[in-house]
Amino acid sequence: MSDPVMMMPKRMVELEVDGQTVKVFEGETILDACNKVEIDTPTLCFGETLQPKNACRVCVVEVEGARVLQPSCSRKAEAGMKVHTNSERVRASRRMVLELLASSVDLSTTSVAPEYLEAYEARPEKFGPQAPPDTHRDHHRAGHSAVTDGQLAATVYQGIKIDNELYTRDYSKCILCYKCVDACGEQWQNTFAISVAGRGFDARISTEFVVPLPESACVYCGNCIQVCPTGALMFKSEHDLREEGEWREEEQTVTTTICTYCGVGCNLELHVQDNSIVKVTSPPDHSITHGNLCIKGRFGFQHAQARDGAKK
Amino acid sequence: MDIKLLNVAPTEDEKEAVDLLLGPALSGWDGGERDALTDTRVAEGGHESREDRHLLLPVLWAVQDRIGYISAPALAYISKRMTIAPAEVYGVASFYMMLATEPTPPRVLHVCEDIACKCLGSDDLIATLQERFGPEGAVSADGRSTWHRSPCLGQCDRGPAVLMMEAGLEPFTRTYAPASTATALAVLSEEEGVAGTEPSEPYQLGDPSLRLLRRIGVIDPLSLDDYRAKGGYDALRAAVSLGPAGVIREIKDSRLMGRGGAAFPTGVKWEAVAQQPARPKFLICNADESEPGTFKDRVIMEGDPCSLVESMTIAGYAMGVENGFIYLRGEYPEAERALQSAIDQAYDRGLLGDDIMGEGFTFDLEIRRGAGAYICGEETAIFNSIEGYRGEPRSKPPFPVEKGVFQKPTAINNVETLINVLDVIRRSGPGYAETGTTGSTGMKLFCLSGNIERPGVYEVPFGGTLRELIDLAGGVPDGREIQAVLLGGAAGSFVRPDELDIELSFEAVREAKTTLGSGVVMVFDDTVNMHGILQRIAQFFRNESCGQCVPCRVGTVRQQEALARLASGKPRGGVETELELIAEIGGCMRDASICGLGQAASSAVESAIDRLGVFKEGAR
Repeated sequence: MSDPVMMMPKRMVELEVDGQTVKVFEGETILDACNKVEIDTPTLCFGETLQPKNACRVCVVEVEGARVLQPSCSRKAEAGMKVHTNSERVRASRRMVLELLASSVDLSTTSVAPEYLEAYEARPEKFGPQAPPDTHRDHHRAGHSAVTDGQLAATVYQGIKIDNELYTRDYSKCILCYKCVDACGEQWQNTFAISVAGRGFDARISTEFVVPLPESACVYCGNCIQVCPTGALMFKSEHDLREEGEWREEEQTVTTTICTYCGVGCNLELHVQDNSIVKVTSPPDHSITHGNLCIKGRFGFQHAQARDGAKK
Repeated sequence: MDIKLLNVAPTEDEKEAVDLLLGPALSGWDGGERDALTDTRVAEGGHESREDRHLLLPVLWAVQDRIGYISAPALAYISKRMTIAPAEVYGVASFYMMLATEPTPPRVLHVCEDIACKCLGSDDLIATLQERFGPEGAVSADGRSTWHRSPCLGQCDRGPAVLMMEAGLEPFTRTYAPASTATALAVLSEEEGVAGTEPSEPYQLGDPSLRLLRRIGVIDPLSLDDYRAKGGYDALRAAVSLGPAGVIREIKDSRLMGRGGAAFPTGVKWEAVAQQPARPKFLICNADESEPGTFKDRVIMEGDPCSLVESMTIAGYAMGVENGFIYLRGEYPEAERALQSAIDQAYDRGLLGDDIMGEGFTFDLEIRRGAGAYICGEETAIFNSIEGYRGEPRSKPPFPVEKGVFQKPTAINNVETLINVLDVIRRSGPGYAETGTTGSTGMKLFCLSGNIERPGVYEVPFGGTLRELIDLAGGVPDGREIQAVLLGGAAGSFVRPDELDIELSFEAVREAKTTLGSGVVMVFDDTVNMHGILQRIAQFFRNESCGQCVPCRVGTVRQQEALARLASGKPRGGVETELELIAEIGGCMRDASICGLGQAASSAVESAIDRLGVFKEGAR
């Protein structure tokens, strides 16, 4: 939603981050303050177009006077706050969060993962060899788990879900950031095709009774793919190229254009490899779409090309 | 919002179960008969039914109680009736242990496998069931019965406990404790005449010093007249003569602290809610007592249910709150029946509803039944659960006094805290504060269980020692030695036998780096395998984590795995490395989890390692 034209003047609050004095608008978060003074803060579940869910806890910081660490993405800045982003306590928690994720989730297509894991010297392998995929994962009873001997580190691995021609869902890569659910539901699309189901380590993103997407309420707007930070949700075209070993991101060009299907004027970013469109995104900072598209803008690019080589 | 549904009709039974609760559908739009003339022109029901989202959990229960599980067509019908997307309904239904989304027989026996019952032979009970009935989830030959393991059923004074849930036209849930193997098998095979439990009688029965327990075992819990004959509703009368501000002043003067575990000053909370300008405001009684080893609230609700209703009425009056909920855990069917009777009788006598006692104030009270989720004892998770969402905790701030259930100011108090209000009114605030210590006033209920001669709920003033309390309950049976005492439940911590002189008050236990928590005192004698106890505690937290934040969702699993490696004698990289790993995981859970569950999930385990020296060489 675009900002109203008339705005009340906002008050500024002054706080201290790692010894530096920062002024931010009232209502802005600690993360905003960190960004303002260029303090790098790792984030995974944070999405610039979504309300912070603060589920991943990788952005935690120490606020003097608070008993526990605070999620910088959602905790509002308050006047006089003293924030530490690099204390041993903060680093230890961030490191452990990354290790817990990397030991249980396939982060191979999470673009920021290698950088974060290195910066925090994370050693996910310390939990031992990873457990194999569990085909029954979508049907675990809430509140029950098998007794473990602890020799294998439990994972969220399960088979990839390919049930339509447009996008794939590989929940082995899902860190449960809730962004797809929020984008599909009340924050953007109002389709509510997916929800978090189950609980605890068995919590997972699911349609009702795990029905395939074509039987669900999904309208294939792809706004979930847009916000997915891990590649768990992926264009089928990208997935296929990766499977063939032909995905070469460094060779791709990105062309921004305007969608021609209707008069709204959504911006499209066409990702092109070998003169073929391989995926479509939309700029999150665009004042009309905020990164959102519909099925036509997101997936209706086949007419511009013939991917099987039969070019016209 | 358009809702896309599976094109399958519910059975008549499923439809009836839903309609009995929600009333008939308004039009073809929300699941009724489609009228070709009007329904094509006017869409009805959307907003109205969405405002009723808080009925989602009761509706799911209605189907569960009728059929035994929630089928895809039943879920689609609920979706249509309530205008909630089916994926969301599925997300909510699959969150709770007591709701099944896969075909399940109508009769399910829940067998407690938690630590108190472990001390009383639940492992043997489970082994025998596996041998004579079949593995967990096995279905009887007639297709009617099955059994599952369950976390603590709150019957720790008389374990091992089982709970039978039977779905049907007249659904029935009943507790059997203690349950012998013969009892469990008889219940599973639908034998007639197996007696369920009666309310627990306190061992202190007749002791004139009792205040909170004084009516339990003395009055008929189902009789309001009996309650009134023993001083019931005198406090409400006195409260009305004090006036709302007067009641809050007395509570503040009493220095009553919350008994649910966090020990927050009740008067401060009430005053904050009373001062909030937003309307309406809500009062919630947190009766989701699920902390392993805790059963005091059950004993109160089963034995003296009217006292809770009266306390909540006083609280409502004092804060200007007109709507109250008792969020009661689903594992307490006997308490639910007792409370419902108390509420019904109070309405009949003008002690609930409009114009209470002719004094011109209104207070409505209803029970909301939880469905098997420890996390729903977390105050903000209760809000989500009542509102019809997954029982996931919210971030604080904002705090409940400002934005609680339905985003409105909410006072949320534990059962024991609330019934203390009667004692405060009776004695006046300063009079109440004469009992106990400076920082902890009044009487406290403790739940003694494990290897103890006379397990049960005990009421003592704050300030006694742990040793005195254990002696009051008869000490350890058969002349055995105490190995450890778990204080405060699975989220509490262990203390050593040489620490029994610790004073039982909020300030003294804090000093000693432990907690009273929910009043659990679980005693383990020298025959108990502490490795088994710790592994069960770790599994409990793994099973009960809501899964929202990474530290708790994955941390509880890694903690359980590390303990399993240690207990099986196959540590990775040596015992010291594993202990360091557990401390590291615990640090992150404590520091970075969203709510108290994750923050306390390593507390008992770490105290066992640090204080008891479990896993040290030579230790058992």
